Amino acid sequence: MTEPLVEIQSVSHSFGPHRVLEAISLDIAPASYTVLLGPSGSGKTTLLNILGGFLTPSEGRVLIEGTDCTALAPARRPTTTVFQDYALFPHMTVGANVAFGLRMRGVGRGERRRRALETLEIVGLDHVETRKPHELSGGQRQRVALARALVVEPALLLLDEPLGALDLKLRRQMQDELKAIQKRVGTVFVHVTHDQEEAMALADLCVVMSEGHIEDMGPPERVYRRPRTRFTATFMGESTILPAGAVACPGLDPAASLVAIRPESIGLGDAPPSHVALGSGTVTDLVFQGGFKRASVTDPADPGRVYTVRVPVTQPLAEGDTVALHCSPDEIIPLKE
Amino acid sequence: MKALKILTSVYALAVYGFIFLPVAVLVLFSFQASLFPVPPFTGPSLRWYEAVLGDRSLTAGLVNSVLVATVSSLVAVALGFLSAYGFARFRLPGSGLLRALVTAPLMVSYLIIGMGLLILFNAVGLPKSLLAAGIGHAVINLPLCFAIVYSQMGDHQLNAERAARDLGARSRHVLVLILVPMLWPALFASFFLAMTFSWDEFVIAFLLTRFETTLPVEIWGLLRSGLNPRTNAVGSLVFGVSIVLVLILELVVFRKRRP
Repeated sequence: MTEPLVEIQSVSHSFGPHRVLEAISLDIAPASYTVLLGPSGSGKTTLLNILGGFLTPSEGRVLIEGTDCTALAPARRPTTTVFQDYALFPHMTVGANVAFGLRMRGVGRGERRRRALETLEIVGLDHVETRKPHELSGGQRQRVALARALVVEPALLLLDEPLGALDLKLRRQMQDELKAIQKRVGTVFVHVTHDQEEAMALADLCVVMSEGHIEDMGPPERVYRRPRTRFTATFMGESTILPAGAVACPGLDPAASLVAIRPESIGLGDAPPSHVALGSGTVTDLVFQGGFKRASVTDPADPGRVYTVRVPVTQPLAEGDTVALHCSPDEIIPLKE
Repeated sequence: MKALKILTSVYALAVYGFIFLPVAVLVLFSFQASLFPVPPFTGPSLRWYEAVLGDRSLTAGLVNSVLVATVSSLVAVALGFLSAYGFARFRLPGSGLLRALVTAPLMVSYLIIGMGLLILFNAVGLPKSLLAAGIGHAVINLPLCFAIVYSQMGDHQLNAERAARDLGARSRHVLVLILVPMLWPALFASFFLAMTFSWDEFVIAFLLTRFETTLPVEIWGLLRSGLNPRTNAVGSLVFGVSIVLVLILELVVFRKRRP
């Protein structure tokens, strides 16, 4: 295992009496894409601000490339930030915006322009060099902000909900571009979002946060398929949460108090030999979602128990139908509370 | 209904007439050909303008006024901008009270400020001069410049400042390369407003100058020797300059700010 590029060592932070981060420890590997995922108020932006140097944590240390950066000003650490509202300089051209960081580092005019153009080319915007930010579209501004942060070749690029202001289609497109650019430049990206689809598409390391602590972290596939906590199972995609005793599942971790089952893991009809029967219920809600239908199946014996099931569009099913449910034992995820 | 409409129109006309008629009369009789600025109108003639522009003390006063207005406004804008930056960006002890103190001179009469400065300058040995009047004008205009610039500082600039610092900018870079250009309309507006106020300010200039003095004080001297179309001509010039300043302000700043 290579040395981590960033080491966050039991960082805590309070705003007055309000504790927003609680003993966060996290290592970030070189050349990786890390996504901090969580609802608002989970502390993810605070953690990003601590990495960027806009906040000094109340406790703990932040090491970047082995250097203690805990109390270092933003300008003096090898990080740059892409802000949520882009924060472009409205009075400067796109070229001057991108070259700003180089200008502050005393790079000569010609060299500055060459490198700014080079970086603009990476984001596909070298043709708008002489325009002002207000003449660009939202997606273009976003890319200018990215180029402006990348041009100084930071060790760590921080992105604060960079796609939040874009419409859905553009967001998915920019998401692919971000990933491609990250691969190309090899810089470590740390990206804050509350959009779990965005997180799954982008992350090498997905860090799920809630109420100031890390709920779960790992590759997005692992976090999605085997979430460790109830929060992760419900925040990252949908799940049906059941008490562990409710399922007769052989080989289930005895320490688990709850289990989660993903909607796509639940089958309709009688259980095949290798599967576990989940009992039957009444379809109480059926929503068409394009590629599939999302059904809520309520157990008549216990109205609090509602299974969320993903059903193929072609399957004949109506509200009020009674269906049997089953699931493979591998797909039953043990959870800690 | 119709009567009411006529009545309101007459009232409006009376209001505007009351405000502008004296100025119109002043300007009209500055073109008087004969010796007294009273009806009947005998012009038009430019003889009094010629007399004004040929009068050495009046032209000196004009130059002094421009000098005092320009320099004191620059100082007031610079200090107002820096104090606005300080109050907007740093948490100072007693910041509310200090801010009230910065804007307080707006509420104090010019006479009191002028007398206070006169006593102070006497004590520190600064003679009555254009410099003293310029300092006085900077004092009265600083609160105005501060209030205008401070009102225009918001999150918009804050984010850009943060981005600049993140990219390695020091405080002076942030001020000069980011904040000044972004606040340009507010700085421009406060500069021209300060110019306008300094240009026709009398009380402070009267109290704080002696041999060399500004145009309003020269005019006052002229008025003491009685009415004369020369006073009309010089008054019209002063009025014209004020109008030009206000027009520049309107055209450059307020039109730009509307999207």
